[in-house]
Amino acid sequence: MAGEGEKKPVLEMVQADGADEGCVTFVLHDEDHTLGNSLRYLIMKNGDVDFCGYTITHPSESKINFRIQTRGGVAATEPLRRGLNELSDVCQHVLNTFQARVNEFKERQEQPME
Amino acid sequence: MAAITKNVEEIRNRVILGEFGVKNVHTTDYPGNYPGYDDTWDLEKFQKNFRIDVVNLDESSMEFDMVGIDAAIANAFRRILLAEVPTMAIEKVFIYNNTSIVQDEVLAHRLGLIPIKADPRLFEYRNTGDETVEEEGSEIDTIQLQLKIKCSRNPRASKDSSDPRELYLNHMVYSKDIKWVPIGNQADVFVDSGIGPVHDDILVAQLRPGQELDITMHCVKGIGKDHAKFSPVATASYRLLPEITLLEPVEGEMAERLKRCFSRGVIELEDVNGKSELTNLTRHLKNIIIIFTVESTGILPPDVLVTEAVKVLMTKCQRFLGELDSSEME
Repeated sequence: MAGEGEKKPVLEMVQADGADEGCVTFVLHDEDHTLGNSLRYLIMKNGDVDFCGYTITHPSESKINFRIQTRGGVAATEPLRRGLNELSDVCQHVLNTFQARVNEFKERQEQPME
Repeated sequence: MAAITKNVEEIRNRVILGEFGVKNVHTTDYPGNYPGYDDTWDLEKFQKNFRIDVVNLDESSMEFDMVGIDAAIANAFRRILLAEVPTMAIEKVFIYNNTSIVQDEVLAHRLGLIPIKADPRLFEYRNTGDETVEEEGSEIDTIQLQLKIKCSRNPRASKDSSDPRELYLNHMVYSKDIKWVPIGNQADVFVDSGIGPVHDDILVAQLRPGQELDITMHCVKGIGKDHAKFSPVATASYRLLPEITLLEPVEGEMAERLKRCFSRGVIELEDVNGKSELTNLTRHLKNIIIIFTVESTGILPPDVLVTEAVKVLMTKCQRFLGELDSSEME
């Protein structure tokens, strides 16, 4: 049956230096500047991170190479995980605030009609 | 010392529009860049400074301000609004009869671009896999529409009129002629809202007597990244809040002329020493105040679109978190 057993990779890790866990390049499939730039911004705000950047290797392939270098011997998956969690928290907060303000605006609009 | 602090504040918070280029565009407030500033990410500090003000909101467009968020995240929301919020649009067009002057593929292209009023959250993506061309697709992922129209001569037209509106019946095919054909239990589920094109007056084709169209269409769920017909917004854009500072006083007649250069309300004149005077010009943009405008095509109201876009970004993060966790377990 075509389609079975064909699993597309979503996230890969490529490590250039042998033992150094702090310098890793992640390959994120099916992503572009949308997630890349916002994730990069949040990971750069992390004090442990020495270097963080992403690149789209070729515009015909939808994948990004995301590189994180940490200092102090922290494993590189740690800032990535933290960055994803923080981005999720930011989105949740934006969502709550936005919905509250829109409801407030709609109520304020209905009031003059009463 | 005070001048340096003022400069630093300007570099951190303002984009400067100079005569030949734009300066200070990139965000520089990362930890370690500025001595004395703690720029590490702090969720509570973000929550304290973050604010949204809705400027106006109606069924088709909205404008709101976000204060305290960086352009990287605002841009992510904008990109998702344009390309990754799913909608329903016509994908497969079965042309049983087309004797009009519009070619089949051109007609199919035009039909695909018509916005269809159906809530995409109630549908699933279609599995593109082992389907044959004739396989209908089920009620959970497909909407079936039909367009059957024939143009004929109007028997009651007067002998010497040359107005096509009088001479012919059904010579203009509008989107209101597209009828919904419910499959399965769709008739019960969508009984109040009904499904059809958002606008009734989109001209699809023109006919003359004897020409007819007999077309069945299937709509599926898709995202703008795949084809622009699936994009739910007419456009979504944002800009930074402009701040105009005048560097030297300008008086009298020059002040009047300067005032006329701007849109009304941007500059006001004050009376000082009997002459009108106003303050002069540098143009800055405040980096952390973002004015977002979203115009919907009518499929979903704009506030729903923004909430869907934020949820899409959250889903992306969760997906990678899940991948990280499952690869750690191996």
